[in-house]
Amino acid sequence: MTPVEKKQLEIQACKVRMGIIDATHGAKAGHPGGSLSAADMFTYLYFKELNVDPKNPKWEGRDRFVLSKGHTAPGLYAALAHRGFFPVEDLPTLRHIDSYLQGHPNMNTVPGVDMSTGSLGQGISVAVGMALGLKHQNSTARVYTLLGDGEIQEGQVWEACMAAAHYKLDNLVVIVDNNGLQIDGNVADVMSPYPIVGKLEAFGFHTVAIDGHNFDQIEAALNEAKTVKGQPTAIVMKTVKGKCVSYMENKAGWHGKAPNDAEHEQAINELTAILNELEGK
Amino acid sequence: MADVKKIATRDSYGKALAALGAEHENLVVLDADLAGATKTATFQKAFPQRHFDCGIAEANMICVAAGMATTGLVPFASTFAMFAAGRAYEQVRNSIGYPHLNVKIGATHGGISVGEDGASHQCCEDFALMRTIPGMVVMSPADDVEAQAMVKAAYEHEGPVYIRFGRAAVPVIHEEGAPFQIGKGEVLKDGTDVAIIANGLLTYEAVVAAEELAKDGINAMVINMGTIKPLDEELVLEAARKCGKIITAEEHSVIGGLGEAVCSVLSEKLPTPVKRIGVNDEFGHSGPAAALLKAFGLSSEHIVEVAKEMCK
Repeated sequence: MTPVEKKQLEIQACKVRMGIIDATHGAKAGHPGGSLSAADMFTYLYFKELNVDPKNPKWEGRDRFVLSKGHTAPGLYAALAHRGFFPVEDLPTLRHIDSYLQGHPNMNTVPGVDMSTGSLGQGISVAVGMALGLKHQNSTARVYTLLGDGEIQEGQVWEACMAAAHYKLDNLVVIVDNNGLQIDGNVADVMSPYPIVGKLEAFGFHTVAIDGHNFDQIEAALNEAKTVKGQPTAIVMKTVKGKCVSYMENKAGWHGKAPNDAEHEQAINELTAILNELEGK
Repeated sequence: MADVKKIATRDSYGKALAALGAEHENLVVLDADLAGATKTATFQKAFPQRHFDCGIAEANMICVAAGMATTGLVPFASTFAMFAAGRAYEQVRNSIGYPHLNVKIGATHGGISVGEDGASHQCCEDFALMRTIPGMVVMSPADDVEAQAMVKAAYEHEGPVYIRFGRAAVPVIHEEGAPFQIGKGEVLKDGTDVAIIANGLLTYEAVVAAEELAKDGINAMVINMGTIKPLDEELVLEAARKCGKIITAEEHSVIGGLGEAVCSVLSEKLPTPVKRIGVNDEFGHSGPAAALLKAFGLSSEHIVEVAKEMCK
């Protein structure tokens, strides 16, 4: 990745974060914390990694992305909108009664959404089914799924991991957003999922641990995944919940709460400052 | 009805899958370590590359099937009714029903005729659970011929389908190649005094009951209602208009199944006296299937008794 490319990604990620803030503010509800922690990954996936076509969202040969932690729909929607799947101006209609932007991803209403998710633990199984189905039909398309570190407390996740390794799904990448917080507090205190990397390794994954806010590391991990044969890859990324909005960072309270008008203004001001600096204004 | 051939509808399921699989490359089958019991092994033997064992992990299997459906395959996901409709209910609702994916659920070992395994495996709630999911087709075949026709119809139908098959061998009452259409009931015998609306293995019992009732001068109509959802409301209303009295009979709880579906239609559109025959809000227990069915009143004798009482 050239420095210019990296800067472009950082700029996009900042815009995606603004989209998350605008969407949850407009909805007066939703999940900004985990959307912001995964914003860099959303950005890299939709602007660099995924072979997708915003003009033809259901194109058969596309790579698939399943947001297993479906409550962070604002992050996915913001990335999709900025990638051109639908107007960015629609983001603040999130969760409104007449909006197609449902509170959790709906594959039948939102262009670019590959699977309806929201009930934790199910998305990864669906991603396994997609990878299995694509492999069975000799497709070269790849499947990516993003899980929360709280989500992996769901038993079904481990059923899915077993199946992914059993069927040697080297076209599948499982990403765990390890921001360390869930609704009730620290994941380690609520019901510790640690060691996450060790567990995934024991379940038959090729594993990579990265800083989820570092585009060089994100790129290296996703490229490495493409070289792995005969087993799925898991990327465990350490992140900061609420990343880039000062009052939200590392606060479990911002898991599922929308910013009010003043908080919205402050967040947008902070993100605008980052954006201006990136753009050299 | 003497000396009729008996076949378990789970056998019909395996046979129908293998036959359809030969015609359609995109048909795949998933099982959860029960291929021998659900009879998907019949398909597996013919098409090993298209049979995916998911191990004892039904929740995952249901969602894997959903994922496969998004890639253009037509998955039939199979396990016992207890685990398909029961354990994996929420996976069926959220990952198949809500996105309206083209997954077929072939659930075997429905009802108390599971027998010796006892209550833990005797699912009498699956119609109720599956009926509540918007867009879900729910079916229960009366015999081998109807079961095979339902599998074919399910493949041809775009959208989620749940079919319940039985473990025990049941009499074959249809001619080979009898027509079947999703959402259409079938009048097996016309009548004027009482209409018996049944499905699954109770359909045969209803036919036998009608013969018995005829001896006492009671002219019973018999309807085989293979599709519970969408229900053939027109036929239910026609039966009510003709007979003025309805009996429903199913190997399912009286709560939430065919009986309640029929009652809902009638109470809103044509209030008619109804007696529901089914499992009466209780769990089953171990025993031979035939003895259990008698003990729980899922028999021609009990239908006759109820009909006579209604026709007094």
